[in-house]
Amino acid sequence: MPDRTKTYDVLVAGGGNAALCAAITARQAGASVLLVESAPKAFRGGNSRHTRNLRAMHDKPNAVLTEAYKEDEYWDDLLRVTGGNTDESLARMTIRASSGVFDWMKQAGVRFQPSLTGTLNLGRTNAFFLGGGKALVNAYYLTAERLGVEILYDTEVISMNLDDGFIRSVDITYKGFPETVHAKCVVASSGGFQANLDWMREYWGDAVDNFVIRGTPYNKGRVLKNLLGQGVAAIGDPTQCHAVALDARAPKFDGGITTRLDSVPYSVVVNRNGDRFYDEGEDVWPKRYAIWGRLIAQQPDQIAYSICDSKAFPLFMPSVFPAIKADTLEELATKMKLDPTKVRQTIDSFNAAVKPGQTFDNLKLDGNATEGLTPNKTNWARAVDKPPFYGYPLRPGITFTYLSVKVNEKAQVLMDNGQPAGNLFASGEIMSGNILGKGYLAGFGMTIGTVFGRIAGQEAARRARN
Amino acid sequence: MQETDAILTARHEIEVCNACRYCEGFCAVFPAIELRREFSAGDISYLANLCHNCKGCYYACQYAPPHEWGINIPAALAEVRAESYAEYAWPRSFASVFNRNGTIVSLIAALGIAIVLILSMLLNRPGNFFSAHNGSFYDIIPLWSMQAVGILTFGFSLVALAMGARNFWRDAGPRQKPGPIALTIALHDVLTLKNLGGGGNGCNDNSEAFSMRRRRLHHAMFYGFLLCFAATTTGFIDHTFLNDPAPYPFISTPVLLGTIGGILMLIGTTGLFAMKLVDDPMPAVRRLLGGDIAMLMLLAMIALTGLILLAVRATGAMGLAMAIHLGFILAFFVVLPYSKMVHGVYRSAALLRRAIERKMKPLGGE
Repeated sequence: MPDRTKTYDVLVAGGGNAALCAAITARQAGASVLLVESAPKAFRGGNSRHTRNLRAMHDKPNAVLTEAYKEDEYWDDLLRVTGGNTDESLARMTIRASSGVFDWMKQAGVRFQPSLTGTLNLGRTNAFFLGGGKALVNAYYLTAERLGVEILYDTEVISMNLDDGFIRSVDITYKGFPETVHAKCVVASSGGFQANLDWMREYWGDAVDNFVIRGTPYNKGRVLKNLLGQGVAAIGDPTQCHAVALDARAPKFDGGITTRLDSVPYSVVVNRNGDRFYDEGEDVWPKRYAIWGRLIAQQPDQIAYSICDSKAFPLFMPSVFPAIKADTLEELATKMKLDPTKVRQTIDSFNAAVKPGQTFDNLKLDGNATEGLTPNKTNWARAVDKPPFYGYPLRPGITFTYLSVKVNEKAQVLMDNGQPAGNLFASGEIMSGNILGKGYLAGFGMTIGTVFGRIAGQEAARRARN
Repeated sequence: MQETDAILTARHEIEVCNACRYCEGFCAVFPAIELRREFSAGDISYLANLCHNCKGCYYACQYAPPHEWGINIPAALAEVRAESYAEYAWPRSFASVFNRNGTIVSLIAALGIAIVLILSMLLNRPGNFFSAHNGSFYDIIPLWSMQAVGILTFGFSLVALAMGARNFWRDAGPRQKPGPIALTIALHDVLTLKNLGGGGNGCNDNSEAFSMRRRRLHHAMFYGFLLCFAATTTGFIDHTFLNDPAPYPFISTPVLLGTIGGILMLIGTTGLFAMKLVDDPMPAVRRLLGGDIAMLMLLAMIALTGLILLAVRATGAMGLAMAIHLGFILAFFVVLPYSKMVHGVYRSAALLRRAIERKMKPLGGE
């Protein structure tokens, strides 16, 4: 049982990847560390328990990554998805640091899967954790316990009491009972606010009722709101988040990976009114999956429907919910409560617009496009004509929000006046908006969490011992 | 396989796995799932028997209890495995032996000892049974009777196991025929227990920590068993064909093989038993524990009584020690196709199917 009366060198708020990287690094640097996780032990790990991989720069193939993925390509990918809404020096520092995290991660017990081949190129850019993010979180907790990091579960940080740029104390509720704890330095790694629907409603209105929160229900943004209310500098648009297309039948929280749908590139996607609204074949799915949540959020009733035929059905991973299946398009539309005549019309005009004569190849941008539609489908366009037909209803699935506390390259949290707080650091989703202004790159959240977690742990331990 | 509740539960959970796939690095089960979208009851039986019960997927699962979905693949597949043992049993009327397996294996072990003891006492005058025979077993129980009983019981069991394997193959086998490469791969996987290792890191016995303990103990038990079998076979050949009658000195092939094999078996079985006492009960099925433990104990007793027999073979206790040892072996021969031992047959067959299907492409995927 951790001693809650002593003054720790470092207190880490949060229990996911970024928090664990900070706690382990600080402990390895000799600091006494208290980690405060709001979830019960069974649900520890925040959103990290739903992750699978980490995007890492590398100049040559290694045990877990194929080919090469160099700094400039990584930076270009980030620039493209964020539309320039990023901080180049922090981003490049994160990218460069991502190439050096493997040895540390392995020593901390993380196991990787051998590089995947024949995939839509994620095996080149992303290192996959054996067993996924919960296995990674488990490994980090085992290591943290072995090293002597003190851990409190079921403990929520209520307030970090800032006074003149210094955290003097931290108010918590330990299993529901209010207490105050003390630490020389504090690392905020407690995630975004996407599970706080009331806060989300301030920006999205009642559309929030149609959002699915993919990950932990424990990311309420309490620390984020608390710090922003005490003169900490904010960065990022509060409506920006990592949002993907999910099966509309997903549970409101914690449905994780199995509710996502990869059907979009091989489908025709229509909205409530039976109209197409975006190029389904714009790019390979890993580069596009994170824009579709937002696209659907902008449709009436925040819902869309992915429709394909039996040619396309085996090409993508199934969601956990069975596809809606019918022998005719009209029957499928009726089953999905869409206007059958309208859906028939949309598909007929789509089929008529498919340019003939190209070879279909689902493993690359194959250039199979439609002509004369608004919008056109620019890759993998094939007539939807071979029954049975399959459909999935889609909703926006929110992974995490980007509104953040502003940090510098030492993971120090900056105050409104631009000065760093004296003993406050941040890592993970709570500061991701410094680098991710909008859009998303698969596995980049774990990269930010790992790189900044380690910096925050290092810097907090150094400051606490001085 | 019938569409039982266990099959329905396992199918539902496997479909969750197929939409997730995070565990594909742990073992052969998940890559096998990724090859298909629809799972017949036979397919689920195949997957259940392919599972080596390392429990890595349970601890890594974001949907494991207390998540509302409560995904627990090791337990779901263990239920199906247990049903498949009954389903494929030959003759079919013996299927119910798997229902109270612990009790029945224990009873047969007791009966085996009693029968051999009584018969060997009936065959011998009391003075002969309890006197020293310089280690010559056949003075007490004639070779022909050992052979007759052994061949009869073990022979029947081998036939029953083969029929069980045939039932499995018809229900849960692949479409294609096995080639030499598939057979080699499957044999390698059987002999190395590659899949009992969480992608090379070991099993999760009772926590998130990985350990090679179970794999090593199983190897000790399995290879110890093979050495003991080799000891018996070389003894039989020496005695029958090479004109080198038993008993054999301590430094001889049969005795050395048997001694090392017996010690390994004892280490393996007691170690695995000890692990059962502290294993996490969540990713397991409680009612199957009895049959598992009864078989571990039977094997341990065979090894222990064999070693005791070696120790006392020059004394007047040899007759008693041998009768008890042979009683346990008789029980093992009789109960073999109706015990946990069948897992070896069905798992090997499942590994063969996996090897045959090794070049099939996963459907979808990242």
